[in-house]
Amino acid sequence: MVPTPYYLLLAAVLFAIGAGGVMLRRNTLVILMCVELMMNAVNLTFVAFSHELNDMTGQVFVFMIMTVAAVEAAIGLAILVELYRLTRSVNIDEFNSLKG
Amino acid sequence: MPADYLPILIMLVVAALFALVALIVPYYMGPRNPSTSKSDTYESGKLPFGTARRQVPIHYYMVAMLFMMFDIEVIFFYPWAVIFRQLKIFGLIEMGVFVAILLVGYVYIWKKGALEWD
Amino acid sequence: MTAIEIPALNFAALLPLFIVVGTGLLVVVLDLFIADKKSLGWLSLFGVILAAIVGNMQQGGAGFDPAFQNVSLLDGYANFFNIIFLSTAALSILVALGYLGRVGLHRGEYYALLLFATSGMMAMGMATDLMVVFIGLETMSIALYVMSALNRHSRPSGEAGIKYFLMGSFASAFLLYGMALTYGATGSTNFSDIGSVLTAGTVAPMAMLGLGLLLVGFAFKVAAVPFQWWTPDVYHGAPTAVTTFMSVGAKAAGFATLMRLLMVSFPAFAVDWQLAIAVLAVLTMTLGNVAALAQKDVKRMLAYSSIAHAGYILVGVAAATTEGIKSVLFYLLIYAFMNIGAFAVVGVLEQKEAIGTKLTEYAGLARKNPWLAMVMALFLFSLTGFPPLAGFWGKLYIFRAAVNADLTWLAVVAVINSGVAAFYYLSVIVQMYMKPAADDAPEILPSTPATRIALAVAGLAVVLIGILPASLVDMVAKGVFG
Repeated sequence: MVPTPYYLLLAAVLFAIGAGGVMLRRNTLVILMCVELMMNAVNLTFVAFSHELNDMTGQVFVFMIMTVAAVEAAIGLAILVELYRLTRSVNIDEFNSLKG
Repeated sequence: MPADYLPILIMLVVAALFALVALIVPYYMGPRNPSTSKSDTYESGKLPFGTARRQVPIHYYMVAMLFMMFDIEVIFFYPWAVIFRQLKIFGLIEMGVFVAILLVGYVYIWKKGALEWD
Repeated sequence: MTAIEIPALNFAALLPLFIVVGTGLLVVVLDLFIADKKSLGWLSLFGVILAAIVGNMQQGGAGFDPAFQNVSLLDGYANFFNIIFLSTAALSILVALGYLGRVGLHRGEYYALLLFATSGMMAMGMATDLMVVFIGLETMSIALYVMSALNRHSRPSGEAGIKYFLMGSFASAFLLYGMALTYGATGSTNFSDIGSVLTAGTVAPMAMLGLGLLLVGFAFKVAAVPFQWWTPDVYHGAPTAVTTFMSVGAKAAGFATLMRLLMVSFPAFAVDWQLAIAVLAVLTMTLGNVAALAQKDVKRMLAYSSIAHAGYILVGVAAATTEGIKSVLFYLLIYAFMNIGAFAVVGVLEQKEAIGTKLTEYAGLARKNPWLAMVMALFLFSLTGFPPLAGFWGKLYIFRAAVNADLTWLAVVAVINSGVAAFYYLSVIVQMYMKPAADDAPEILPSTPATRIALAVAGLAVVLIGILPASLVDMVAKGVFG
């Protein structure tokens, strides 16, 4: 039996990797993946707590997060594909036509 | 009880052994005459051409996205199916509403031509 | 197999929400068969008004009991926010009816997305469980991402969409992590259960961390400093009709949930979050106002101004009293009318996408179109907080709530900020009334009747609330929890 804190620690590390990736990477697709990683870290946290507390709410929450994450990924990709058609780039630094 | 899972463990072991045996026995027993065409990439009997990395029509994205969304909705069917009998008619109506909303989306993508292939 | 007993769900409480979602679904289907997109806009407007009427009829009835096993509650507070969201939606539909046609973006999906986003906002206002908060928030956000990127042929619109999407989902991840830790620390996702566990027990570090992450998430969503940098680009790049809607709706929804969560679930940590919110408020107002001073584009300037207004509203939240909550409700409704009005005028003056929004292009408007210049001046004076317009009373109540909560220093900072803000609002008025128009300035395209209705309603609201603030105070008095 792996103790719950191990899962929480793993989730925290995954979340940090994802957050770091969002801030450091320039490729929009990779950023998208990093956001997904963060969401999945949250899922792991919820499941670990749900197991420890012996309470189903956490797992139901994970269902909702998974659905929303899929929809978000689809929407993000759709917007990115449209933007790629206009700019021929997926580099976040090149999406800079808006300036004050 | 952990003991209840014993048959599953036995099945796993047997399956792993079978796979190993099926790999090891031909390796020692069978003849080997390698040739260029034999060690080529397997492409369902056709001659392979080009690299595997090439541009894919944008349409695949569309289908992949739609698949992803409709696929993930199935997640809500599993817990529902488990207690379907206990939920009685209420469960059926609730799922009917859920599917009806999904159907609106389906009709939308259909009429918009997202499922056409040319 | 024993039958599961279905608990009382109380569908009545969600009736306004169902009406909005149902209208949205209807618009999706009808859009496929109807070529006249304007009629879809009017249908959406009808749905929104119907939802508002039904919601108000619930007042005091069975609809006000907790619904769906305590995850959602239509109380006076939620009902007041519903009025804000539905007014925002109604005015935005009227603005869009004119704007979308002119820039060649008239598509039925716009109205469906707007209604779905509104339903998400309503869910957030009614939420008493973290799960409902999340679902409402995402329903709103995902619809808004698509709306920002609505113009597929415009690079600014696409960039606004992707930026909003990336920042929004990044913020959602923080919010979710905060929810997960709160759940882990208290064993519940229900607002009042979390509250009672935290009040009874010793301070749990994990719950504290959860609250911190929740605050980060909400700060992103309401565009508070230091998480505001996406706002100007997104508000500037998105089609003006969309900016009109989200600059008010998304912000109000964020505050609706934030206030209920802080007051119901985290009163045990009040001292800590009060300070955090007060600091956020100071940073947000100051940065928003100072950055707005330097803007050459009215649309972008209003984006910074909306950041500053988030700062004023945070002052009311920081007060953490019933009076503070009421002052925020009061302010948000007024803010909805004056901000939508100002953005609607920007939309009317926009010839093509992103052309005609520069400050210099406002020169001589008073001569070319006196009515339009007059309503714009009205909204800008109200945003500045000149008496006796509505914006003045909004600010007054917020600042008074801060003073009564022993946050006099915060109120002083806010008053100084309002003074700074006057410079950039007045610079637009100076352009309109005192500068001659450039010789090659294009003619102003006539506005549609729908836009004129929106401007008239918003303008009347700003003036009437300004003259008779007492009527709104009575309405706000019903906006209480439970």
